Amino acid sequence: MFDLERWQEILETISKNKLRTFLTGLSVASGIFILVILLGFGQGMQNGISAQFQRDASNRISVYSGVTSVGYKGLNPGRFIEMTNDDYNYLIKKYEDDLEFKSSVYRIWSGTLNFGNESGSYRVEGVYPDYQFLENEDLVAGRYINYDDQDKKSKVMVIGNKVKQDLFQNQDAIGQQVQINGINFKVVGVYSDPGGEREETRAFVPLSTSQRVFGGADKVRNLGFTLKPKETFEKTLEQSVRFSSEIESFLKERHLVSPDDTSAIGINNTLEGTKRFYDLIGMIKTFFWVVGICTIIAGVVGVSNIMLIIVKERTKEIGIRKALGAQPLSIITMILHESIFVTAIAGFTGLILSMALLEVLGPNLDMDFIKNPSVNFNVAITTVFILILAGALAGFVPAYRAARIKPITALREE
Amino acid sequence: MITIQDLHKSYTMGTNSLHVLKGINFSVQEGELVSIMGSSGSGKSTLLNILGMLDEADEGSYTLDGVPIKNLNEKIAAQYRNKFLGFIFQSFNLINYKSALDNVGMPLYYQGMKRKERTDKAMAYLEKVGLANWAHHMPNELSGGQKQRVAIARALASDPKVLLADEPTGALDTKTSYEVMDLIQGINDEGKTILIVTHEDDIAHMTKRIVNLKDGLIIDDTPVNQVRALSHV
Repeated sequence: MFDLERWQEILETISKNKLRTFLTGLSVASGIFILVILLGFGQGMQNGISAQFQRDASNRISVYSGVTSVGYKGLNPGRFIEMTNDDYNYLIKKYEDDLEFKSSVYRIWSGTLNFGNESGSYRVEGVYPDYQFLENEDLVAGRYINYDDQDKKSKVMVIGNKVKQDLFQNQDAIGQQVQINGINFKVVGVYSDPGGEREETRAFVPLSTSQRVFGGADKVRNLGFTLKPKETFEKTLEQSVRFSSEIESFLKERHLVSPDDTSAIGINNTLEGTKRFYDLIGMIKTFFWVVGICTIIAGVVGVSNIMLIIVKERTKEIGIRKALGAQPLSIITMILHESIFVTAIAGFTGLILSMALLEVLGPNLDMDFIKNPSVNFNVAITTVFILILAGALAGFVPAYRAARIKPITALREE
Repeated sequence: MITIQDLHKSYTMGTNSLHVLKGINFSVQEGELVSIMGSSGSGKSTLLNILGMLDEADEGSYTLDGVPIKNLNEKIAAQYRNKFLGFIFQSFNLINYKSALDNVGMPLYYQGMKRKERTDKAMAYLEKVGLANWAHHMPNELSGGQKQRVAIARALASDPKVLLADEPTGALDTKTSYEVMDLIQGINDEGKTILIVTHEDDIAHMTKRIVNLKDGLIIDDTPVNQVRALSHV
């Protein structure tokens, strides 16, 4: 392997047969390139979808109400169902031991926020302190709404990063008075959300304050819960499904909604969705792997093909070399050495190019479902070695056969 | 130098067996310049290939410089070819992506000689055949005669015991043929044993001995008065 003379011989052969070398290299390099890019994007999709998920707690169960679609117990369809504080209080008491975070939500329709000359229309909601965790929000500054605010019905609010930028630009928002539909609220906190801008164009006030100030009485728009996790994902999922159906039937009974009505009381169990999404990601990744492996197989077949052609093309040369005293082993090693050298260089070129592309493109690429595509370096390196090995094996058979050819047969070939 | 006894060789073509050499007895002394003649199909090329260890005989013995050549495996055959024999082919058989110099250096490469030494030695042989100025040209930039000279230089490079030439002038015009023959005669004058397969009378008469083959047997083996190729040029 470190025989200088052989290296010289091989480098010379390669440099005199540029097209042949280039074509072999191209099929190897493109195979690796495609595989790495595919794997990178598989990872990117996983990152992207995971990020989408992180906008809310992954085990959140949301309850919302709507208009009845089925008549029940003499009542006509078309009734608007509204949940109340009593529903919420009953549920949190009943499931006290199981619940992790809990909050009800009162939504203020068309909330216009004013600060000085700046104003904008945002989603404003009255919530409990736990809501921060249900929404998976991180505080950038200040604090979240707390139970003290709740009890005192304080006029305080927490705003999203985007809202802060819109209204305050670079100023400090904490402690400032912002008007919601003309009523002054003090900003106590600014949050960020992994879900991005869409989730950061919102403002939160204490539920009690919102119900009182904006005429909500005891009505609530949504309920949000998370359950304490069990030992295994399966058990957690099972419990969460059971919990969802129990509160659904409780609310339907209480509000005189038909058990068959699907629009009056709705329950959105994120955990079920999460499971489905993770299954989907798993499938996408498997698919990319399958495609990637097929690409590699195509690359290996390409290398074998070219090796066969190279050996065929060089039969006469091999005959000459043997007539001049080349031993069979030296013929085999000559061909293998050359093929391994070319596949290795090409493989690593493909690897470096694709990694560089991911490196440059990755961080700048921020679409909704693709985020920071990247690839596990070890996986990529392993693939390159597999390809080199496969190329060598593929080259060995024709090389061995070439070495066995009687020089006289090879020389007759024109 | 070369002794062969009762040499047989047959080829199988499908179901037919073709008996090409039917018991050849023949020997060559050191320093001889022998031509092997015969019509197409007489077995002359087969004989040369067996002598050159490019092909194996079915029966009979072959001794080269006192070494019995039999039951060779590929590895030993390659060593013997490299050490004992130099080949000159009708179609030159140069490696077309290597320069004249590198072509001449090939047998030396397989002897394990270092590049520097190899290049010097190859250059010396190219000078000997008068192509020192063409050392870095590719075969496709050379004329037929020049290619054959490179091939001769290559055959000489490993300093073999015997040169085997298969129709060395077959692809050349008369004038070039004589120039090549002049070169071969010169090499013979220095004491090298040379065997030439040819079907051209004038070329055969430039050697010192003509062996005539017909249907796989030697029908005639006579020394001749060598005609110097130079007199024709």
